[in-house]
Amino acid sequence: MGQEDPGLYDYLAYYDRPKISWPGGARLAFWCAPNIEHYELDPPPNPSRASWPRPVPDVLNYAWRDYGNRAGIWRMMAAMDRYGVRGSISLNVAVCDHFPDIAAACRERGWEFFSHGVYNTRYTYHMREDQERALIEDAKASIRKWSGQELAGWLAPALTLTEQTMDLLAEAGISYTLDLFHDDQPLPVKVRSGRLISVPYSLEINDFTCLFQGNATPNDYTEAIKAQFDRLYLEGADNGQVMCLPLHPFLIGQPHRIKQFEAALEYITSHDKVWFATGREIASHFITHSYDAFAAAIARGNRQQG
Amino acid sequence: MTLPANYFDYPFRRPGMDHDRYLYSNLFTRKPVVWPGDARIALWIVPTLEFFPLDMVAKPVKPAGGLERPYPDYWNYTLRDYGNRVGFARIFRALERRGLRASVAMSSRLAERYPHVLAEVGRLGFELVAHGIDMNHIHAAPLAPEVERQWIETCLASLRRLSGQPVKGWYSPAHAETSHTLDLVADAGCDYVCDWVNDDMPYRLNTKAGALYAMPHAYEISDLQIFHFYKYKPAQFIQQVIDHFELLYREAASSGGRIVALSLRPWLSGVPHRIQAIEEVLDRLLRRGGVWSATGAEILACWTAQQ
Repeated sequence: MGQEDPGLYDYLAYYDRPKISWPGGARLAFWCAPNIEHYELDPPPNPSRASWPRPVPDVLNYAWRDYGNRAGIWRMMAAMDRYGVRGSISLNVAVCDHFPDIAAACRERGWEFFSHGVYNTRYTYHMREDQERALIEDAKASIRKWSGQELAGWLAPALTLTEQTMDLLAEAGISYTLDLFHDDQPLPVKVRSGRLISVPYSLEINDFTCLFQGNATPNDYTEAIKAQFDRLYLEGADNGQVMCLPLHPFLIGQPHRIKQFEAALEYITSHDKVWFATGREIASHFITHSYDAFAAAIARGNRQQG
Repeated sequence: MTLPANYFDYPFRRPGMDHDRYLYSNLFTRKPVVWPGDARIALWIVPTLEFFPLDMVAKPVKPAGGLERPYPDYWNYTLRDYGNRVGFARIFRALERRGLRASVAMSSRLAERYPHVLAEVGRLGFELVAHGIDMNHIHAAPLAPEVERQWIETCLASLRRLSGQPVKGWYSPAHAETSHTLDLVADAGCDYVCDWVNDDMPYRLNTKAGALYAMPHAYEISDLQIFHFYKYKPAQFIQQVIDHFELLYREAASSGGRIVALSLRPWLSGVPHRIQAIEEVLDRLLRRGGVWSATGAEILACWTAQQ
């Protein structure tokens, strides 16, 4: 069982790629992706992953995450408002049912809603195709209901997938996935029908991997964000780049981290030639202006490799 | 492998939480509270004194600091014991010299074994908070409710008898609860718990024995998280606590009084190379002004009177 390679993309050399030209001659498309999540206290078990590290109710870990929806999100949002940075929310769609005020606040700001499944405690592992299709339809309907938007992007709940996920997303008309970390630019994804692209998200400057798993101090985290920005901004002079800042309100919205979060936003927004975009806008621009050229370059590379 | 039949059932997908223990509430849309003297910050210091038995088993939950080397693990036993012999005294002295109040969470076995520690709590007028029997009594499934009831009653009876205090606060060892803990703790006469880390202010919990309140036990500025899990240096502890304090201090100007909870374990904060950082934090908070040093019971009473 299993295969050696995901089979979702072909090799494309880093040098001599087609040029991506972002709007306004920007070097970098910057986007901010807060994960708006709910982790259930007592979810049904998935055979491949335990829901909580401790026996239910895991009060410590449940409450830590719940902090994001009670307190953290509002601080994070205020900081983003202060710097005029829009969010593209990676949404467990059930959050809208549980906490309509949160959905309303995101909608009022014109933020993009994309799907991060129903709950962060309902993993995709072991779903049959019909079940996964129903999950995608649930997300589409929920996001239409709560935002008026047509769902365009997908980050699998808790980054749990099946081998069919990408095909099913494309069939459902989703245009971009965030679950592939193989590149700094958007790229075509191979699917059995329709069209799907990958848009860079990040596990390198994600607050979860840095602060929670990586024990970074708030200052370390800000320095990492700035360094990531500096390098992509530099390289963006030659070919447009993408930088995503993924966040979790239960982490970035803690009181002791707000100052450093604001420092990072202050730094990034003080630059010109940055396109402050949403995931959908980046995907759409790439598909309209660069998809064909990238697909052709990949096809040429395939022929050369025989 | 297949998914359970209820994997796509969402029985709690409706406004509010996915349980009935408490209501959802946005921290920033609540009625502002006023602390005595118009203080911006209620400073709630929670020295946590724990007994880790040499023969403990780290199941079903290994508490932070729990013994894990093969028996007899003198290394970890004595390091924790150091906190209850030496470290706590440094922390208590730092509080005493600054005239600060505290809520001391304590294992009942520790109170029984070390009367001197309990006497110091009494002498300094600190509130005593129940912290379970010891760190080998973790309240986690599949603990039977009748056994858990007995543990809670044993712990509270001992602490109440030895201290003469009513003991109205409960802090479960390792922040761990079963689905019955809140009901049992309320039934045993407690007013508040310190296990929930999802808020910066108190909020009401529903139990079978009436109301109980969650006190905001800030986890990310606890010495446990900063020193034990994040493994930060003392300078970062200072930075993190001060930044936390300053942000809440600023919020208090528009949102009403806030709470800064400082959770201190003597085996971490009471060691010689860290105590100075704790003292510096206390001095800097106090120099800022607008700080009300109080026990959990005092803060809760002030808060509930304004709801």
